[in-house]
Amino acid sequence: MNKIVDKEFFSENVVRLEIEAPRIAKARRAGHFVIVKVGKNGERIPLTIASANPEKGTITLVVQRVGVSSRRLAELNIGDEITDLVGPLGQATHIENFGTVLACGGGVGVAPLLPIVEAMKKAGNKVITVIAARTKDLIILEDQIKQYSDELIVMTDDGTYGEKGLVTDAMEKVLQREKVDLSVVIGPAIMMKFASLTTEKYEVPTYASLNTIMVDGTGMCGACRITVGGKTKFVCVDGPEFDAHKVDFDEMLLRLNGYKEIEKEAEQNYLHSKDKK
Amino acid sequence: MTVSKEYLKAEREQSWRVDIRGLMKNKDRTALVRVHMGEVDPKERILSNIEVNKGLTQEEAVNEARRCLDCPDPTCITGCPVEINIPKFVKRIEQGEFVEAAKVLKQTSTLPAVCGRVCPQEKQCEAKCFYKLKLKKDPVAIGYLERFAADYERESNQMSVPDIAANNGIKVAVIGSGPAGLTFAGDMAKQGYDVTVFEALHEIGGVLKYGIPEFRLPNNIVDVEIDILSKMGVKFENNFIVGRTATIEDLKEEGFEAFFTGSGAGLPRFMNIPGENYIGVLSSNEYLTRINLMHAASPETDTPIVSGKNVAVIGGGNTAMDSVRTAKRLGAERAMIIYRRSLEEMPARVEEIKHAQEEGIEFMTLTNPVEYFADSTGRVNKVRVQKMELGEPDASGRRRPIPVEGSEYEIEVDTVVVSVGVSPNPLIPSSLPQLETTRWGTIVVDEEKLQSSIPEMFAGGDIVRGGATVILAMGDGRNAAAAMHNYLQEKHNS
Ligand SMILES: Cc1cc2nc3c(=O)[nH]c(=O)nc-3n(C[C@H](O)[C@H](O)[C@H](O)COP(=O)(O)OP(=O)(O)OC[C@H]3O[C@@H](n4cnc5c(N)ncnc54)[C@H](O)[C@@H]3O)c2cc1C
Ligand SMILES: Cc1cc2nc3c(=O)[nH]c(=O)nc-3n(C[C@H](O)[C@H](O)[C@H](O)COP(=O)(O)OP(=O)(O)OC[C@H]3O[C@@H](n4cnc5c(N)ncnc54)[C@H](O)[C@@H]3O)c2cc1C
Ligand code: SF4
Ligand code: SF4
Ligand code: FES
Repeated sequence: MNKIVDKEFFSENVVRLEIEAPRIAKARRAGHFVIVKVGKNGERIPLTIASANPEKGTITLVVQRVGVSSRRLAELNIGDEITDLVGPLGQATHIENFGTVLACGGGVGVAPLLPIVEAMKKAGNKVITVIAARTKDLIILEDQIKQYSDELIVMTDDGTYGEKGLVTDAMEKVLQREKVDLSVVIGPAIMMKFASLTTEKYEVPTYASLNTIMVDGTGMCGACRITVGGKTKFVCVDGPEFDAHKVDFDEMLLRLNGYKEIEKEAEQNYLHSKDKK
Repeated sequence: MTVSKEYLKAEREQSWRVDIRGLMKNKDRTALVRVHMGEVDPKERILSNIEVNKGLTQEEAVNEARRCLDCPDPTCITGCPVEINIPKFVKRIEQGEFVEAAKVLKQTSTLPAVCGRVCPQEKQCEAKCFYKLKLKKDPVAIGYLERFAADYERESNQMSVPDIAANNGIKVAVIGSGPAGLTFAGDMAKQGYDVTVFEALHEIGGVLKYGIPEFRLPNNIVDVEIDILSKMGVKFENNFIVGRTATIEDLKEEGFEAFFTGSGAGLPRFMNIPGENYIGVLSSNEYLTRINLMHAASPETDTPIVSGKNVAVIGGGNTAMDSVRTAKRLGAERAMIIYRRSLEEMPARVEEIKHAQEEGIEFMTLTNPVEYFADSTGRVNKVRVQKMELGEPDASGRRRPIPVEGSEYEIEVDTVVVSVGVSPNPLIPSSLPQLETTRWGTIVVDEEKLQSSIPEMFAGGDIVRGGATVILAMGDGRNAAAAMHNYLQEKHNS
């Protein structure tokens, strides 16, 4: 069960895993995610289904190593099994022919953006995609994204690849140039906050896919709650996509750091224990 | 389901029962005092997750069993939602036939070791005991005795795998592995059905695993029961969310002919007061899940937990008691219950309140939170509370709390656990639009058959009752199994 059938590093810290999960491969839609737990003592973490192959019965995850759990997952090899994998979870992205869609992905947020770009293109939209990262090595899935985009703009903070600048710089350029009907933004919370402010200026409806802390992923714990339009929502069951202009990103940014100290310590301990081996 | 008076009478006239009754005069029996359950010292037990109640010794159990008068009209049975033949199992204990006592329990209750520990006995069987009703004395300790018999059977490795009817090849699916689903699965397996239990989480057991803490209900007790179900041929599929991983339609195509939904009331409620989304304010579900399911307090595991110094738990039910006592065990200096009614109205089991008090939990009753405050990092640091007074009784029969104007004050906290109730799990109803539900989101079923508006779908436990009890969930599982058996037999024979 949940056997890894393929693995590829996109960069030092970003890995693509193809996993046997026939039921999930069949049931999933763009926007869905899974919860993964590695090892008996592992933590449950949410990861977007980047793509799926229902015939082969596999799903693909793109994982960025940021802490203990993502590291444990990235260290598994072809042939290994993932202890627990459950899904598909969340609400699927609302896909229709909106006209022109501006899709923006930051960092590993490009992974969850891929299935949406693909589905939007297949629904007949004109898709303009911006992908951005701090530096050249962190740009992922460029070819796959390009395949489904009418136009692709690559941005790096340090200018080592594509254009130099932030996601929002590219967004401004597109928004000034032409009429956009819908924008989808996925990336670090801080990026989504500013991307959302940008589209708000141009009154372009915008969805953000939120990456809050989760435990169960089924609506049972409330760890993932955020405020949207003044109301508390659970990202795992009500989302993960929400009207970006109504999301309280500042609250979300604070909540993401709720376990930061403990997590840092856990990662140090983990790296330390590996050194000793 | 009601046991007939004639049946109980015939059982009572069996010679072994008559003999046991003759051993002691009723006057001597009533002169005995109720046994005291041994407990781990509060100072010691708050340092670990060790089970608080030690259980009865054989001698204590036999002595306690002697108190039972084996009444001609055993009113105690009317207090038990599944109508366990209480005098019969108690007299088996008096006789020293402990395994036989366990067998009596198992005729009606699938998880006696669990019920003996977590049933609110003081409101159920023990409240209807002759001692309590007529003699105004402490009732027979039915719960302790039930636990004793079940533990004896398990610990002496005399647990038997029940007889199974020949496989009839009919596939049925169970959605959720809490007490309702497990009971249903056991009863259907006994009747020869091919049973698969689907569970959304990575562990089987529902609230028994992720909710109720180890110091009240050790996990291994639940695991032993699950193991027996496996030996009976029940299949378990964890990490499987019916409605998501596969739909009911998909499962029908795979040959499942009927379904039992025991998906529980797992959704946490919040109070919607300002500041409730600050870091450090969590639902009791999140708090208990991190500790009990993810074992976050162990250094071996990856799931983090903040062990607060000043922990406030909002609510007065079992879940609130479990959370506050967990906080104490994680090292809280102040572990507080904030409850808007008074101690008498608290829905928690009396024993849990007593244990909590012994462990140094502070009870702030007639007090309600109105707002939370946080430091610059968004971490909660204060709660503003308001004093309450009790007014007229409300629909639930409990006196309604009314805020006292101008009584607000603040308490320093670094962790707040909100434990003000749960709602039914919407996963199944939302994936089945034809399924009739109430406006609270519970599934509507026929009271006796537990059949829903979709004929092949039965349901029971908290998804039908809202937050209820383990024993009621089990009773539902049992009744639904009987009704589904009839339904399927009719279908296959016509
Ligand atoms: C619906 C959803 C879909 C997601 N999809 C993907 C995906 O496709 N690929 C991917 O790599 N990640 C994805 N994430 C984020 C992923 O779940 C987290 O990176 C992971 O939980 C971190 O676990 P860890 O133990 O490795 O790190 P931790 O030790 O938990 O955290 C390390 C650091 O990362 C920060 N952090 C923790 N959780 C998150 C988070 N959710 N988002 C951003 N920063 C966080 C912490 O503040 C900390 O500083 C998704 C999250 C959600 C909610
Ligand atoms: C902390 C706490 C303490 C309690 N203490 C007591 C006590 O002392 N005494 C007492 O009598 N009662 C107590 N209760 C209440 C009691 O536990 C519940 O009434 C009982 O567990 C309900 O049983 P159930 O089988 O209906 O559902 P649950 O035990 O809730 O189990 C439901 C299961 O279904 C799973 N599920 C849900 N949807 C799906 C799906 N779509 N597909 C697959 N699986 C699904 C869930 O993950 C869960 O595991 C307590 C409850 C809590 C939370
Ligand atoms: S199952 Fe519960 S109510 Fe019934 S006899 Fe046992 S302890 Fe009492
Ligand atoms: S009512 Fe009390 S004394 Fe009478 S049979 Fe029941 S437990 Fe025994
Ligand atoms: S992750 Fe638990 S409710 Fe969303």
